[in-house]
Order: sequence, then C-alpha cells, then structure tokens
Amino acid sequence: MTEVRAEMVANVWQVVASEGQSVADGDTLVILESMKMEIPVMAEGSGTVTKLAVAEGDVVQEGDLIAVIE
Amino acid sequence: MPERRISSVLVANRGEIARRIIRTLQRMEIRAIAVYSEADAALPYVREADEAVPIGPAPPARSYLDAGAVLGAARQAGADAIHPGYGFLAENAGFAAAVIEAGLTWIGPPPSAIDLMGDKINARNLMERAGVPVAAGSREPVADVDAAVAEAGRIGYPVMIKAAAGGGGIGMSVAANEAQLRAGFETARSRAERFFGSASILLERYIERARHVEVQILGLNDSRVLALGERDCSVQRRHQKVAEETPSPGVTPGLRARMLAAAARAGQAVGYRSAGTVECLVDAASQEFVFLEMNTRIQVEHPVTEMVTGIDLVEQQVLIAAGGEVSFGPESVQPDGHAVELRVYAEDPVRFLPSPGLISEWAEPSGPGIRVDAGYAAGNEVTPFYDPLLAKLCVHGASRGEALRRARAAVDGFRIRGPKTNLPFHAELLDSDEFASGRYDTSVVGRLRP
Repeated sequence: MTEVRAEMVANVWQVVASEGQSVADGDTLVILESMKMEIPVMAEGSGTVTKLAVAEGDVVQEGDLIAVIE
Repeated sequence: MPERRISSVLVANRGEIARRIIRTLQRMEIRAIAVYSEADAALPYVREADEAVPIGPAPPARSYLDAGAVLGAARQAGADAIHPGYGFLAENAGFAAAVIEAGLTWIGPPPSAIDLMGDKINARNLMERAGVPVAAGSREPVADVDAAVAEAGRIGYPVMIKAAAGGGGIGMSVAANEAQLRAGFETARSRAERFFGSASILLERYIERARHVEVQILGLNDSRVLALGERDCSVQRRHQKVAEETPSPGVTPGLRARMLAAAARAGQAVGYRSAGTVECLVDAASQEFVFLEMNTRIQVEHPVTEMVTGIDLVEQQVLIAAGGEVSFGPESVQPDGHAVELRVYAEDPVRFLPSPGLISEWAEPSGPGIRVDAGYAAGNEVTPFYDPLLAKLCVHGASRGEALRRARAAVDGFRIRGPKTNLPFHAELLDSDEFASGRYDTSVVGRLRP
C-alpha cells in the first residue's frame, strides 16, 4: 500500500485519476498548481487507487494525503 | 487633453510592484490606497500605503482579479485613479473601460490600445501593416490540431505554440515536429483557457538561438511616442524571465536605432499613451529582429531602464494620466551606464520548483548602485496563490563590468531564510563565462542546467 502525499503547499488544479481506477507506474493522479506552475503528481508503481483524498480547488499542505494506491 | 486632478490612487496589485508604485505616489504627495487579499495582509506594501482595503480571500479570481471588488474598494476609499501594476487586471481592456466609466482616471493606455495588442494575432498583423518586421506565424487562430499541423507545415518547424490572449511566458511550448505538435496542442489549449480565459492558439516560427530584446516606450499626450532604450531579457526558465539588463550586449548601435524607431512606430500605430513595451526577438548573428508582442502595461523589469535614464516611469504614467507633460525633456534623454535586474524567486535554485513557506530571515544588500524592490519581509508567508517573485535586485554601474561585479557582491549580501530562493542560481549565472561575456541567448539557462 502506498500513500501519495503532497510535497509542498499547493492548489489542487485537476484530479485526473478516480477511485477504483487501475494505474501504472508514472500515471498522473492529480495536477497541483503552485505559483503559476503545474506540478503533476504521479503514481510510483502500479495498483488500484483505493482512495482519492482531494478535490479540485482544495489547498494541500506539505505532507497532506492525496491518494492511496494498493 | 484636459488636465485631471489626481490626489489619490488605488494600486490594484500586490507585493513588490504595489510597494514600488506606492513609493512614487507618496513622493508625489498623492494618497496611496492599497488592496490586499487575506493571504497578503502582513506584507510591507499594506502597512506602507496611506490606506489599505481588504478585497477577498487568497485566490486571485476572488480578490485581485475581482473587478467589482477593486472598484468597490476605490469607491470606498475615495480614489481618483487606479494604477493596475502588471499582470492581474493591467491588460484587461474591459476593466480599464469600467474604471473610466466609473469616473476614475485609468493610469495606463487607452482601452482600445489594450484591446488591439491583447490579441497576439491581431497585434502581429497590425505591426506588419505598420512596417514592423514580424516572425513567420499564424494570421488567424488555429482552429484545431489538424489546422495547427497544416499551419506548421507552412511556417516550418520548430514552432512555438502560444495562447493568443496570453502573456508572462505562461502556457507556451515548443514543437520540433508534427508528433510533438499533436501531443502538445490540447494541453496548450486547456492552459490558454485556464490562465487567460480564451482557448485561441497561435503558432510562431521558433528561433532557436535568439535574444529576447524589448524596447520601453512612453506615449505622450501630444501623440509622440518615445523609445527609452532596450532591455535584454534572454535569461529565462520555463519561458519566464529571470534576469534582465540594459543596454543589451547583443545589440549594435545600428540595430538599436532600427529597433527603437520600429518600437516608436508600433506605439504610434495604436495611438499609444503611457508606458508600454515592445518585445522582439533578435538573431544576434544576423542583427535582424522581429516583433513578438506589445505589452500595454509597465513591466516587471522597468527599473533597469529607470536606473540608466534617471526617469521614474511610474511618475511619468501618473503625469500622463493627469493630462499633462512628462517631467523630463523628451529630446534630452541620455542613457548613463549599465543596469541589471535579478529576479529573486521563491523556488529551489536547481530545478526551479516553487518553494512557498514562512520567511524567517530577510536581509537586503545595499551599497552604491543597488536598488531592491522587495515584496516581502521577515515574518511574511509566501503562499502558492501568486507568482514566485519575492524581490527584484537591481544594480547600476558605470560599465557592464562594474554593474555585474556589484551585482555579484549584492547576491552574496542578500539573505533570505525560509522558502528556498534562486539566489544561488543568480550567483552561478553571474559567474558563468557565457553571461559574463555578454554573448548569451534564450537557451542560456538550459546550458547552465543541462
């Protein structure tokens, strides 16, 4: 089980993956935006997205949970 | 033009530019009114203003971009005029018109000029008709990816994919071939829609080893358009400027004369008033230049022009908006020395990724020729909602060598703790042979970060 967490304070611009979806290593889960820069958050390893913890428009702090992949 | 009384100005912006505009307004004994979002309440510009009005939560769409909130603040504070700074509503023709309709003075060019230059395709076509050289590119918005491919076939690869309504280097990408164009087109469209409210895309021939050189223009009330020198803005990452200097070491006197004359013609072609910038690409080897776009606002890097000409451009904007004459003799502008600006960004110096956070320490350099336009101070929080600009370190010297030596020392003397900053990158830039020689182009940062 992998917990994907935010590496910095940012806005959640786009939620790309959905709960229940199968993802492969490198697939984009969400796209964050910070200071006019888009930062894709990608799956490391393959599995199923069992939890998506953010919605578009949320602000995440460093360390906040974004998704769980099992 | 009749004179208008400007005794108070609302600055519709934030951070370093709001603070810088407030400084000139107060020197002119004009009451300076600031607006701030919830995220910016503790920034220096808010307490330095004569009056500060809160205008909403942090997200720009709900504060700095909310025209109703800004106009409401102007009414509440009794402002005579609005200065939009750069970005946000500065190049929004509808907002400029609304300010004028509300009976306030707009400190900037006429809405018609903003409108004409706000669409990059229009702007290119207009410039071509005015006898200003333009790069090969689309004369109409590109409707879809297949049309883009056809257009790129006509223009020739590599092409730059740009938002027609865009600016600030945002949402631009390069396609070296059809596959890359097909892959990048939809992303460019959605970015254009998101950042600029229009999905309209244009393609331009991408010049690989170009210098980005722009000309500062000032449109006077007697219809003259002055060209106040050029700035070299080739040091860029992600197509956004990081450092600028004047004069450009890549521009010969002959090219300078041609560019300045063309820039003045460009301003005249749109009946320009107030400060603006004509951006061009220069092929240093051939000393040819082409028009890229005209920015109908004051630019981030305007201080280097101020340091070399001795002219306060914000002051001139206010005087022009008031219907009067500028404070200097237009015939007698004599550039003196060399100036460089280093943009201090809240980002890591290696990969340039954003680094928001609480500033625990802030100590600015000082000394001969040094000017720091800072948006933040110790104790301020740098949030993810705005661009990463913390401060502009601007340095003047009698020669390029002196300016760069002073700048190198000033970088060492600038201490910011908390968010990561690109100050170590600026040290590397100044130490690099390529930048020191003056023979650099827009791919210089890529060579420092292979």
